[in-house]
Amino acid sequence: MVQDFSELSGLQLDALREIGNIGAGNAATALAQMVQAKIDMTVPEVTILPFAEVPDLIGGADTHVTGIYFNVTGPAPTSILFILSIEKACLLIDMLLGRRPGETTAETLSELEMSAMMELGNILSATYLNALAMFTQLTFLPSVPALAIDMAGAVLDAILAQFGEIADHVLVLETQFVRDQEEVVGHFFLLPEPDSLNTILAALGVSF
Amino acid sequence: MGKIIQVGMADVKLTRAPDKLMTAGLGSCIGICIYDRSLKLAALAHIMLPSSVQAKNAQNRAKFADSAIEMVLEDLVKEGASRSRLQSKIAGGAQMFKFSGESEIMKIGERNAIAVVENLEKHRIPLLGKDTGGNYGRTITFDPDTGDLLVRTIGHGERVI
Repeated sequence: MVQDFSELSGLQLDALREIGNIGAGNAATALAQMVQAKIDMTVPEVTILPFAEVPDLIGGADTHVTGIYFNVTGPAPTSILFILSIEKACLLIDMLLGRRPGETTAETLSELEMSAMMELGNILSATYLNALAMFTQLTFLPSVPALAIDMAGAVLDAILAQFGEIADHVLVLETQFVRDQEEVVGHFFLLPEPDSLNTILAALGVSF
Repeated sequence: MGKIIQVGMADVKLTRAPDKLMTAGLGSCIGICIYDRSLKLAALAHIMLPSSVQAKNAQNRAKFADSAIEMVLEDLVKEGASRSRLQSKIAGGAQMFKFSGESEIMKIGERNAIAVVENLEKHRIPLLGKDTGGNYGRTITFDPDTGDLLVRTIGHGERVI
């Protein structure tokens, strides 16, 4: 039983990184197909952070971002958050809807743009979870997407609060999607509940 | 010119004028300012959850409405504040995500707001300003000199309460 994330061994962290790699690899391929551009991903990072430091991963609590959240149920409940700056979200929407880059702005976001973002989130999370399910033989059932466009801290805190009853830290499996080797498109976070982490690690054959 | 002291999620800070207290990106969390005007002394708590009673891990008292308020009161009294002079203002408690089948956890902002008000009443701290609810984030700055709480948002205006 993982009581404290700091007890995780190097082998276990490697196993988690590997899941992130395969999951995000599939998601990056899906994203590239949707926007018809070359999308790469960074090597996934597993970090264990106090709540207060999570917003710093995406530029600080005050940064204007778009977050798409999925509550994943099943034997290993998890949260998934795809989060990106408002500028990058607008660029992605331009690509998805076949618009000129720069046509979509934060001020002009309407139902259409938001549902395009949610659909994007749906496909990313589904491909990610498919890979995770194949790897672990566990079932992951994502909720419908929920979208928030606001300050990074505000987008994150209700999600982090779910972990607050049992923990002061959260385990973040983070991948960044990169377009044309420079622009960081977005961050993909997998936040397993502490008990789920045991289930996932056991399914991977690296439990305690 | 005073400094601006940042308060992170699940944290509490105290200061005196001319310094100010600030916390960024409150969503479902709540920023609780409790202050003694005559000493120009103030505390800001950034709480995440309503109650420490049921929590399996309540070591960090600053995380919960009930224990954070108790902690702030102890700290303020230690710094010379008088319990009878203390006043308060709060902001936050939004619901950032909307689901069709709304789960309890997603109503956390509303539950936080209720718990904060109840606990302030329990300790007989007058609540002079409140900006809670909605579906948007807030960044707040409290000035112990004037007792003003500045609330900034993205797309929902700016106000002083």
